[in-house]
Amino acid sequence: MSDLLPTPSSAEAVISVMGLTCRYQRVNALDDVTLHIPKGSVFGLVGENGAGKTTLIRHLLGLQCPQAGKVRVFGMDPVAKSTSVLARLGYLSETRDLAPWMTVAEMIRFTGAFYPQWDFEYAEALRREFALDPTAKIATLSQGQLAKSALLAALAHRPELLVLDEPSSGLDPVVRRDILEAIIRTVAEEGRTVLFSSHLLDEIERVSDFVGFLHQGKLAITGAMDEVKAGYRVFRVRDLSDQTDRSNLLSVAQRGDEWEIVARCSSRESLVLNGAKVIADRAASLEDIFVGLASTG
Amino acid sequence: MNIEIITGTGVSIYRQIVDEVSRQISRGDLPPGDDLPPIRTLAERLVVNPNTVARAYLELERAGLVIKRQGAGTYVAEGGRAKRKSDRMKQVTALTDQLLAEAEAMDLELNDVIGLVRMRARKAGRR
Repeated sequence: MSDLLPTPSSAEAVISVMGLTCRYQRVNALDDVTLHIPKGSVFGLVGENGAGKTTLIRHLLGLQCPQAGKVRVFGMDPVAKSTSVLARLGYLSETRDLAPWMTVAEMIRFTGAFYPQWDFEYAEALRREFALDPTAKIATLSQGQLAKSALLAALAHRPELLVLDEPSSGLDPVVRRDILEAIIRTVAEEGRTVLFSSHLLDEIERVSDFVGFLHQGKLAITGAMDEVKAGYRVFRVRDLSDQTDRSNLLSVAQRGDEWEIVARCSSRESLVLNGAKVIADRAASLEDIFVGLASTG
Repeated sequence: MNIEIITGTGVSIYRQIVDEVSRQISRGDLPPGDDLPPIRTLAERLVVNPNTVARAYLELERAGLVIKRQGAGTYVAEGGRAKRKSDRMKQVTALTDQLLAEAEAMDLELNDVIGLVRMRARKAGRR
């Protein structure tokens, strides 16, 4: 099955990040991050607040120079070639960043003026699809309408790469579904490449071909969605000895006289636990992996 | 074609689509000749990545359950139901594994479980 997925090599990657490190005072915001996002795929970036998601996105947009390592978008350095990179990229920020005093129609004309390849017909089609009133002031929009306006602004120049920072942050489930559907449509339509960050594992799982878990600045786990999920299992065991080799255990939590373990292994048989008794085991969900990783401190 | 996608489990979305379509074909809910929805349509309806739906369709095609039409569209293959007892067995294998794991956790013997299955079958009026 994985032969159908583009492999994340640097060959035809739309985004390539190699050994990217960024230190704020003593803290590693990004620590030796390497990732490649192939054309036409959706990469879901997961991490707790402060894990480094936004710092990584800032580097992709050319807003920050790498202290160490290298960033390439469409094969170009996004800092040196920021105009060429940004012309082909659509960005939805978590804070939405639209002028509050403009009307929706003004915002569309204003944003369109920055992009030679802006498609006004497409913008109008999106406005109708999202049911946005052209005369409404940005300041008066609901959270959902604001998110849809910002998504319209990120899409109407038909960018090859879409970068979405927490696209459904603060939205109710109905609007979230609308936004996700719009994202899925744009992926289906033009084979667009998408990087999106979210802390909602449900949408990461639905939409992503590849997933990456950022933890304390490190890209701790990354790969094709199904392979990442198939690579971990959750065990309930008794009599876990202190001498057990824990190198393949993502997390170990004691519950009464049992332990719950999230382990890096693809089957029950492949985990060796020094005589501990396995009571139950199951395939790991993204949440099991996420929580297991977060609990490693 | 109705499929419910459940996230937050250990089962991949890709696997859920393949299993559910196979199940509907085995049960005869999707008769031979019926069209599967276009990839994009199903992706939007289920709110999942279209690449995932495409991979699921390809696996169904490789398994001989569906046929891709020259040009566009995918339809259910002839004989998808009758010839595949082994596949119908496969549909209940996962449930069986679950039953056995549960029974083991409850410290039940295999014979107890087999006896229980027989008893329930009798109760449901099956031989």
